[in-house]
Amino acid sequence: MAIKTEAIGKEWPATKYEIGREKIREYATVVGLDNPVHLDREAAKAAGYRDVVAPPMFAVVYSSPAMAPAMFDPDVGMNFAAMVHGGQEFEWDEPACCGDEITTTAKCRDISEKDGKGFYLFETDSVNQNGDRVARGTWTLIVRGV
Amino acid sequence: MGDLNAGDAIPELRVTPDKYLPHRYAGASGDFNPIHIDPEFAKAVGLPNTILHGLYMMGLVARAATDVGGGDPRALKRLSVQFRGMGAPETEIAVTGTVKSLDGDRATLDVVAAQGENQTIRNAEAEVQL
Repeated sequence: MAIKTEAIGKEWPATKYEIGREKIREYATVVGLDNPVHLDREAAKAAGYRDVVAPPMFAVVYSSPAMAPAMFDPDVGMNFAAMVHGGQEFEWDEPACCGDEITTTAKCRDISEKDGKGFYLFETDSVNQNGDRVARGTWTLIVRGV
Repeated sequence: MGDLNAGDAIPELRVTPDKYLPHRYAGASGDFNPIHIDPEFAKAVGLPNTILHGLYMMGLVARAATDVGGGDPRALKRLSVQFRGMGAPETEIAVTGTVKSLDGDRATLDVVAAQGENQTIRNAEAEVQL
């Protein structure tokens, strides 16, 4: 069966996420990061940040809400029961700090089929309240038995 | 970090996530997929038990790579991973890697996260500002 590809190039409405201090602490603690720039405002300011700074991989917290409508879009038509997260990439620019409002847009970059598997590539672009990019993500989702 | 050379091993990171780590990671990240927190659900879909979030293990890879750049979060510029094996709670994770190349004060690292022989993250490539 041919895989649906009409969603290639489709973009979904942006989502907004405001970064909170305790959310940064919760994430940093789970991953075992004890650098005070994630936990203490004065330490973060001394290191040149506006406020406590999010760890790089906190990018999944502020950008994944934008992925939900993309993944559930019938135009994409993914079979969730057979889906695995195959790969992930982030590139970081401006640091994301407590109080920042991050706007993320998701786009379908490619859908292809190889050896009976569907490869779904999405891109997220996250910018802060000043319009500066904080992170760009590439999400590879693999569906077996397409 | 001034004496880093291509081919050097990066400091190893070893972490043993406890039984409830996936619950705390779910809360921290917002990813409540039941395969990570509900043993009955996990078994019903053919898994041996609940599995770790791949993005949690990517978080550990990011931590190890950031440490190579001195620990400041601005040091990590790019991280790309492939999720392969499934990770289990209550089993030690070892994050290991080598310096693939150096370009001025930028290092490209090749990193793996594994539980014993099971490589849960492979071909991870990190770009770090030294």
